[in-house]
Amino acid sequence: MWDLCTNALDTAKLRGAAYGDVRVMHLRQRDLTTKNGQVGTLSQSESIGLGIRVLANGAWGFASTDRLTREGVAACAAQAVSIAKASALAKRSEVVLAPEKAYVDSWQSPFRKDPFEIPLETQLALLLAADAEMRRVNGVTLTETDMQFRKIDSWFASTIGSRIHQRKVISGCGIAATSFQDEGIQKRSYPSSFGGQHSLQGYELVESLDLLRHAPVIAEEAAALHSAPQCPEKVGTLILGGSQLGLQIHESIGHPIELDRVLGQEANFAGTSFLTLDQLNQLQYASSIVNVVADARLDHGQGLGTFAYDDEGVPAQCTDIIKNGKFRGYLSNRETAHLVGLERSSGTMRTESWNRLPIIRMTNVSLLPGTWDYTDLIADTHDGILMETNRSWSIDDRRYQFQFSTEIGWEIKGGKKVRMLKNPSYSGITTEFWNSCDAICKFDHWTLWGTPNCGKGQPMQTMGTGHGASPARFRNVHIGTAFSDQ
Amino acid sequence: MTPAAKTKKASTGASAGAAELLHERELRRIVDTVLRLAKSTGADETEVHVDEVADALTRFANNAIHQNVAEHGLTVSIRTVVDGRTARATTNRIDEDSLRAAIEASLSLAHSQPKDPRLLPMPGGQRYRRVNRFVKQTAALSAEERARAVRRACDLAVKKRQVAAGIYSNGQSQSSLGNSRGLFAAYRETHSEFSITAQEDSAASWAKANSADVRAFDPQKLAERACEKAHLAVNARELPPGRYTVILEPAAVLDLVGFLFYDFSATALQDKRSCLNERMGKQLFGQNISISDDVYHPLQQGAPFDGEGMPRQRVLLVDRGIPINLVYSRAAAKAAGKQPTGHGFALPNEYGEAPMNLVFGGGDSSIEKMVASTQRGLLVTRLWYIREVDPYEKVMTGMTRDGLFLVDNGLVSGAVRNFRFNQSIIEMLKNVELLGPAVRATGEEAFEMVVPAMKVRDFQFSEVTKF
Repeated sequence: MWDLCTNALDTAKLRGAAYGDVRVMHLRQRDLTTKNGQVGTLSQSESIGLGIRVLANGAWGFASTDRLTREGVAACAAQAVSIAKASALAKRSEVVLAPEKAYVDSWQSPFRKDPFEIPLETQLALLLAADAEMRRVNGVTLTETDMQFRKIDSWFASTIGSRIHQRKVISGCGIAATSFQDEGIQKRSYPSSFGGQHSLQGYELVESLDLLRHAPVIAEEAAALHSAPQCPEKVGTLILGGSQLGLQIHESIGHPIELDRVLGQEANFAGTSFLTLDQLNQLQYASSIVNVVADARLDHGQGLGTFAYDDEGVPAQCTDIIKNGKFRGYLSNRETAHLVGLERSSGTMRTESWNRLPIIRMTNVSLLPGTWDYTDLIADTHDGILMETNRSWSIDDRRYQFQFSTEIGWEIKGGKKVRMLKNPSYSGITTEFWNSCDAICKFDHWTLWGTPNCGKGQPMQTMGTGHGASPARFRNVHIGTAFSDQ
Repeated sequence: MTPAAKTKKASTGASAGAAELLHERELRRIVDTVLRLAKSTGADETEVHVDEVADALTRFANNAIHQNVAEHGLTVSIRTVVDGRTARATTNRIDEDSLRAAIEASLSLAHSQPKDPRLLPMPGGQRYRRVNRFVKQTAALSAEERARAVRRACDLAVKKRQVAAGIYSNGQSQSSLGNSRGLFAAYRETHSEFSITAQEDSAASWAKANSADVRAFDPQKLAERACEKAHLAVNARELPPGRYTVILEPAAVLDLVGFLFYDFSATALQDKRSCLNERMGKQLFGQNISISDDVYHPLQQGAPFDGEGMPRQRVLLVDRGIPINLVYSRAAAKAAGKQPTGHGFALPNEYGEAPMNLVFGGGDSSIEKMVASTQRGLLVTRLWYIREVDPYEKVMTGMTRDGLFLVDNGLVSGAVRNFRFNQSIIEMLKNVELLGPAVRATGEEAFEMVVPAMKVRDFQFSEVTKF
């Protein structure tokens, strides 16, 4: 693979590139699903190719190919340089990159059990058993389970001399029960919705989830939701479960801190950000108990945003995003770091595959644990609603106004969960919401959740991001707006 | 490794254009190689998909190109059947060793599962209606030509003291599908797209078009429209949320109604996850709403066959407000005692099928007439971040974006801050008062459709944002 990289970089330099970096990537994936006791998807795929990014005439070009011959790679590199020269026809300034050292390294994400070595029969048997447990419950009309495994090898090389090989093993698993009755559809998922939990782990992730114990619980909840009262519309106290809070972090902190959005580079598609450059170190983003970091290091956990180097050859880092409620940092790359006074990229350039350009991406954007025991948090809440497991999510293109709904809600009265509520939802303005946070649970309740389906960029890229969160409480929140009838 | 198909020798020249596609006979050779190799492996049946893409995309922001990419890729996806079990394996390597490994992976996956009593034998040869959506001028568009067009659009924005961002892309793709029962299908098309967001102060507006034929739209005209609307969008004032009459431009209609059509899958009804359960044959929408799925419509794109190689049929889904037909994969058709309609996804999958080439019946109104006929309402350029809140009532939430305007006494009277909506699509399609002619529209949330602009009463906005 290094020969292909060298060939590509040599050709690019010969054609006039002032800088180049190249990624050869080999991606393997296995997908298993069941539905109503039958196998649904059963597939495996692999893809290998090369992508090269170059600077020529002060502008960027990128080309990719699956023709991994000497001629194919040379043509691809030459095409990237030609594209960069075309880009220079419509440039306004020269691209300047923050300095970075050259690294020669090899890294593999830790895992105990290679999911590709576990017999398929074992994996399917577990999914079918969980499916059967859910179907045993009266009122359940649709049962679904899934597992997804990926193994990604990447070879990165650049004209400054880096040679970095990384191997990542990623696992994901989830189950869901749906109930249609009385002209309504209710659904419960475990451990979270839209495919379950995903992380940078091996098959041990699946084994840790204890699907068979949770399957009947969510199935019974799905059926029971039909007779639960509707979540009321009011302004009140809200407690968010960890996985829902993870998505709240993703949408209302993770995206607005992406410096490419802030600088208008995503204005036509993903949108921009309310976090204009004058807000850095000035904005009271959240209440003083809120601390958020973007941490790609293994020390933070085995999340979907964990790696040793980003796809621009910059080592993984931890960046303070919110410190004691104050806005402290953006996600940057080598091109944008100097615009916020940084001498170095924060190491967040990531690519979905060999045929996509690396762009600024969330790593693990996590809310650090607080001090509350979960039981104490419930007991301390006189009148509130607990919401768990995302059902829908939406936020405006500058990341101010959001609305989320969850699969299930619980009314809390006098410090106790008293009854189930259906169709819960809440909405708000990002900074007002985060400034209303008055309690965060401690590390015992903290999970590094995986969001495997974050879309961004043109052409669209899907990326996995990590979000550590423990249940937290928010005051004076608009509750129930999604179902209000004006 | 032995090459199974002789690939076109890649040029080592410095072309910034997209790579060329293989000739159809070379794709057929890959299909035949897989079928030959599979014969000796014990597979009862084999199906092969070969998909190839050569795309290029120029992206601009802050009035300059900041990203500019090209890609070439080819995948071979193999489904085998053995003893009533099926599975799929995909590779992007076409040497014989890699193809053999993919066949074996598919067989290994298939062997690992219980027998599926509902699995049907693969279909034999089919006849397809010919569609021609490959335009050589689109395929030939170069990075330099895209850059020059982008430069003109950005210069216009600079002249108007605005900031432009967007894309200009072109490409070509092809798909071949063959199986061991003699079926063979092939299709190729070109695609091109220009999209621009113009920003003035804190206001923005947007215009976008796409087509198989790059000559079907003018990037500069789209830039002019976006710049003009961005200027009108400044100084937005805040209005209270509530129910408003709205005039939805075609892109806004498209992105919202796009969430409805997965419910027209027969499998979705069998699974009881469709909003049409217990509603087929009833007057669900207004009598002015008729919708077909028609891949052969001149403004549509896509192959004339589905994931199993069945010919796509034109299907009337909604007739004067009544949902009357669904689409069926072969398996769903068998379960329901119907004929397959050619809308199945590649097997194995759990979703069955979906209509992907929607064509609405239009009307004779226009956006100008809709505005003139409105006492008080809102003109909506597009919608954003749309998600499902209630799957049975089909309540969707989302935001307005890039140009929301107040209509007062039949005139557009200024810009309005963006709203969040929580609106049932079913209710909305009951409340359509006027329709424009159906046009090919493109947005960001749903696939392209042929849809009209609509004037809709009582559209529900629940909250307002800060801009």
